Amino acid sequence: MTFGEIKVKLKTRTVGIAGCGGLGSNCAVALARVGIGTLILTDFDVVSESNLNRQYYFLSQVGEPKAPALKRVIHQINPSVSVIAYEIKLDPEHILRYFKDCDVIVEAFDEAGQKEMLIETVLSAFPEKPLVVGVGMAGWGMNDCIHYRHAGNLHICGDEVTEISENVPPLAPRVGMVANMQANVVLEILLKS
Amino acid sequence: MKITLNNTSEEFGQDVMTVNELLKVKTFTFKMLVVRINGILVKKDEYSTAVIKDKDDVMVLHLVSGG
Repeated sequence: MTFGEIKVKLKTRTVGIAGCGGLGSNCAVALARVGIGTLILTDFDVVSESNLNRQYYFLSQVGEPKAPALKRVIHQINPSVSVIAYEIKLDPEHILRYFKDCDVIVEAFDEAGQKEMLIETVLSAFPEKPLVVGVGMAGWGMNDCIHYRHAGNLHICGDEVTEISENVPPLAPRVGMVANMQANVVLEILLKS
Repeated sequence: MKITLNNTSEEFGQDVMTVNELLKVKTFTFKMLVVRINGILVKKDEYSTAVIKDKDDVMVLHLVSGG
C-alpha cells in the first residue's frame, strides 16, 4: 500500500483517545502525521512544566488545558485532521456518549483505576470495538520487556509490570515507545478493514 | 483441568474453579485487574461466582499506573 492509498483509507476513520498525557499526546501526534481523519481527544488537566519530560507540548503551552493544546499542536503538523477536543474527566457516561462512533479507542490514562474503569466500560458497552491499552512504561531501558499481545478486540502494549513511583518516573523514551506502539496497532486495525 | 491463561497453557488439579480461586492460586493479588473468560468480561463482584472450567481461555490483565 502506498502512503497515498494509506491516507485515503485513514481519511474516513475516527479514533478516540482517552487522556492527553504521555501516551495520548504522542499517540495522537503519530496518528495525525500519517493522516487519520478524525481524532476525539479528552483530558481534564492542564499542561504543566513537569509534563514536558514526556508529553507532546511546548513550554509556551504551560497552563493551557491539554485537549485543546494538543489540538493546536496537531494542526501545526497536519491541518487536515479533524480534531474534537473535550476538557472533561471521562466517566462511563462520557465514554458511551463521545466514543460510540469511533472505529478504535485508545486508552491513554495515567492512573490504574481509570484504566480499569475505561476497559470495563468499553468491553461491556462496545464488546466489538477495538480497544488499545498501554500498561507499564515507567522508567528507562528494558526495551526487551515491552511487548504487544491481544485477546480478541483488546490490544495491550507495554511491559505490564513497571509501576510509576518517585524513583521510577515516566520518561519520554519508554512512554513514547508504548504510545507509538499503540498508534501502530491502531494503524494495523484500520488498514486491515 | 487444562486452561489457557494469558496465552499460556496451565493445568490445575480441580475440575472447576472460581476467578477468586484462580487469582489466589496464581498469587495475582493486584488491586486493579481486568479478567476475561473466553472473551467475556468478568466484573469484580462476580469473581467469587464466575467459574473457570476445562479448555477455557482466561485473560488476567494487571493494570499499573503510568502514562
